[in-house]
Amino acid sequence: MAQFDVLIVGTGQAGAQAAASLRSGGFSGSIGLVGEQSDPPYELPPLSKDYLAGEKTFDQILLRPADFWAERDITLLLGQAATAVDAKAHVVTRQDGSRLGYGQLIWAAGGHARSLTCTGGDLRGVHSIRNRRDVDRLRQELAIAKRVVVIGGGYIGLEAAAVLAKSGKPVVVIEAQDRVLARVAGEALSRFYEREHRAHGVEIRTEASVSQLIGHDGWVAGVVLSDSEVISADLVIVGIGIVPAAQPLLAAGAAGGDGVNVDAYCRTTLPDVLAIGDVAAHENRFADGRRLRLESVQNANDQAQVVARLINGEAKSYDAVPWFWSNQYDLRLQTVGLSAGFDETILRGDPLSRAFSVIYLRGGRVVALDCVNATKDYVQGKALVLRGDKPVRERIADPAIPLKEV
Amino acid sequence: MPILNVIDRTGEQRAIEAGDGLSVMQVVRNSGFGDILALCGGCCSCATCHVYVDPAFGPGLPAMSGDEDDLLDSSDHRTAQSRLSCQIPFSAALDGLTVTVAPED
Repeated sequence: MAQFDVLIVGTGQAGAQAAASLRSGGFSGSIGLVGEQSDPPYELPPLSKDYLAGEKTFDQILLRPADFWAERDITLLLGQAATAVDAKAHVVTRQDGSRLGYGQLIWAAGGHARSLTCTGGDLRGVHSIRNRRDVDRLRQELAIAKRVVVIGGGYIGLEAAAVLAKSGKPVVVIEAQDRVLARVAGEALSRFYEREHRAHGVEIRTEASVSQLIGHDGWVAGVVLSDSEVISADLVIVGIGIVPAAQPLLAAGAAGGDGVNVDAYCRTTLPDVLAIGDVAAHENRFADGRRLRLESVQNANDQAQVVARLINGEAKSYDAVPWFWSNQYDLRLQTVGLSAGFDETILRGDPLSRAFSVIYLRGGRVVALDCVNATKDYVQGKALVLRGDKPVRERIADPAIPLKEV
Repeated sequence: MPILNVIDRTGEQRAIEAGDGLSVMQVVRNSGFGDILALCGGCCSCATCHVYVDPAFGPGLPAMSGDEDDLLDSSDHRTAQSRLSCQIPFSAALDGLTVTVAPED
């Protein structure tokens, strides 16, 4: 049985950065990096943007050059998911039954695309956007697809819709809530993106729930809504979130539920097992200490640095301000802070100008900003979030006053 | 091929040969040297590919956009030589350029 001082499960942003940061921080023990897929670590955000559009090649989204890992004596163990953990024996078992021993385990397995559970969800022509293989297959079929339905009006679905609309294909987005981005943003931002997509020819259907997918010869032919309306489609993209890949750790006895619970140093309740990235349910001070998971590059990278420092004997707890971005058409959205649980929003600037910000307050304090084509607000707004400022409403709403002067 | 000189955060320097069509960020990242994060992948949405450029090349570099300028303001380590390396296309005209990876914020 192969044995590693540090075994990392997951080759996304979190796992890859943990390995790189361990080495740059001086760690000299053995490192193994387990990946479910056969590809070396690459960026996920371009999958629904430039990579889907064909504007970036796979080589251009690699997180590091292919020989980086071997040069730093990081052993890539690709093509087999980790399926079980024996926390007492310090052993990980992979899909093929092979076993890997560890001194410390960093679980950075991310998540899998949530799939449709309704009839027809497994038809051919139904796609997720979570890994490179998903998008390669999707791109092949897109070449001949005539009519696309996107199920889910979150960031992944909307980014994909923007790419497809630019290619001139008829696209329908189906969202169960009464507005897109309902889970992650305030209404002003939702309505703005709905208008933009419609202006680009995308049909947005809100309060529309899918009852089943119908097929023809095994291929998807349409999406049936709960009111029996049929929207014809020969290609369907499902963007309804992820299921965190936590099951092996939970089965091993780790505390958790939606993901795996971790403390401020990303330690799980199992000895010598850390968890980072999308899967790590942590108490976040930017959410008033509420336990949550963050699916973002920022969180993956910063938690990777937390565990690397912990292992390298320079422990520093996780305390990073959340940030996020989404590119659709010529719109650059940049988010800082966490808006969840907001009780008030302030609009700064006019959405019709296509450059504005939505400022989120909780108990009178600034907790987040969504900035569209407004990088200055994003940069200067970060200080407001960090300090938890209680702003004067009229001043913060006035785009003529820089946020650093409110 | 044109050469880009990179100085990492420990002061170590390396000369990197680079082909056409890549940004300075991509050249540095593809080399595996320099420990540059470039978290947003080069779409000018973060400031984690921050470098200091050799002032001798200043006039030969593309002008800074408002977004780049604003993002650099988020760094505690901004100087007159600061640029986001994703915003500088590397080319033969920049042969011999030296960039120093800025400290992490």
